[in-house]
Amino acid sequence: MLEKTICAGFGGQGVMSMGRLIASTAMARNLEVSWLPSYGPEMRGGTANCHVIVSDKLIGSPVIYHDATCLIAMNLPSMQKFEAELLPGALLIYNSSLIEAAPRREDLRAVPVPANELAAGVGNPKVANMVMLGAFVSLTSIVELDDVILEITEMFGVSKKQFVPLNEAALRRGVEAAGAAYAQL
Amino acid sequence: MNQTMNKVLMKGNEAIAQAAIHGGCRYFFGYPITPQNEIPEYMAREMPKVGGVFLQAESEVAAINMVYGAAGAGARVMTSSSSPGIALKQEGISYIVGSEVPCVIVNISRGGPGLGGIQPAQSDYYQSTRGGGNGDYNFIVFAPANIQEAADLTAEAFEIADYYRNPVMVLGDGMIGQMMEPVVFRDTPKRELQPKDWATTGTGGVRAPNIINSLHLQPADLEKHNEHLQAKFRLMRENEARSESYQTADAEFVFVAYGTSARIVRNVVDELRERGVKAGLIRPITLWPFPVVAFKELPDTVRGVMSVEMSCGQMVDDVRLALNGRFPVGFHGRSGGMVPSQQEIIEACLDMLKEVE
Repeated sequence: MLEKTICAGFGGQGVMSMGRLIASTAMARNLEVSWLPSYGPEMRGGTANCHVIVSDKLIGSPVIYHDATCLIAMNLPSMQKFEAELLPGALLIYNSSLIEAAPRREDLRAVPVPANELAAGVGNPKVANMVMLGAFVSLTSIVELDDVILEITEMFGVSKKQFVPLNEAALRRGVEAAGAAYAQL
Repeated sequence: MNQTMNKVLMKGNEAIAQAAIHGGCRYFFGYPITPQNEIPEYMAREMPKVGGVFLQAESEVAAINMVYGAAGAGARVMTSSSSPGIALKQEGISYIVGSEVPCVIVNISRGGPGLGGIQPAQSDYYQSTRGGGNGDYNFIVFAPANIQEAADLTAEAFEIADYYRNPVMVLGDGMIGQMMEPVVFRDTPKRELQPKDWATTGTGGVRAPNIINSLHLQPADLEKHNEHLQAKFRLMRENEARSESYQTADAEFVFVAYGTSARIVRNVVDELRERGVKAGLIRPITLWPFPVVAFKELPDTVRGVMSVEMSCGQMVDDVRLALNGRFPVGFHGRSGGMVPSQQEIIEACLDMLKEVE
């Protein structure tokens, strides 16, 4: 097993924490993980991305270079920038609330998820990243939904536990949306 | 923080900072610079909780001299910076070695020369292993290739620094500093340490004053001091070199790489072996002392050796010295913050194998 996921979007869309949740949930399952953030000039320009690798073997380079198995794109510049990094047949989950254009490549399993709308539907547009993460969980077999919810619960701790239900609801919306969209492919 | 059997997912910088506290560090002096800022950030937050001191100095020069002072008083002390900041600390490091006080210095390096960039690079190899300051001196340089190793070596660095009364450097790069991986904080191998009866802790009106100094104006005295230091460095050469050899026993082509580039090369070795090329890897864990024994142990089946670095070619000198003409030596490097891809390293290897036919 070797899954290489790029999470990308605007700063503030929660792409770093989305990637971190994938990594920490997989780590809890005793898989090898690496999480590499962008910290360079692009970060200062307002876009953010992280590379998450999950494997059952020792991870070599934490950099994903033309061999991504999945891209989670929260906005158009991110989809356009990282589409080229995907392997043929790889999974592209894109935020169709903000991305109207279709992906340029036709050799991908492209799944549109209206993350902002679905997030607003559960009460807060800020959890669009959790909607996307839900879609990711449903479309891949890297981590289980229940494990992600457990990680979120642990992450928020006792003092912020009131945020767990909102995030969980967003995750479940993402799972449903991905299932519906994928059935149409 | 997520925890399963004490395993936590942490950034390299945070893990290094936590490992330092775990290793007994109670004083930290530093000055901000990317890509190591999570170290002082972590220290600022955590040091007070263990009764330690975090201080953001007014400059790198001030920070390293604060380290000098705290080390002279017998404290376990650390500073961290990135390449240009480490360049500024060189004078202090030379004084610290000359005065024989222990400390730990972390360099999360970035591309140079000058202010360069903020992306990962390995172009501080000379600066780290050749003594960036004045005088005849060396110190142990650890080059971790993953976050677990970064944590383990940082904690152990304090024991080794105390053991030799000499600084130890942990040399990472922006990738090691910024990435997150699982890490477990485990027991640190202990050394038999002498009491720090040389430290300037106050005479209490009882004992004679201790003096911490690197000044020896009489040439004969200074030469004697140098001979004493060299004897320590010899001991380090004999006892402290570390490396990992991967798939070298039957290798026809051997890569040499450390830190971030070693991670990539390890994948390259696997891929080349799948294609029928018997590749191997020597991964120096200490850059100084350089692990020459690993090179002596290479089998006669080797046809070429290649140093892969995120620099324009620095460690390759030590590879040549270690091999002393036994095998052809090649180099593949990227600089400026560029990270070599597996593919380009494979091509460089295949090209060199053709050349040495």
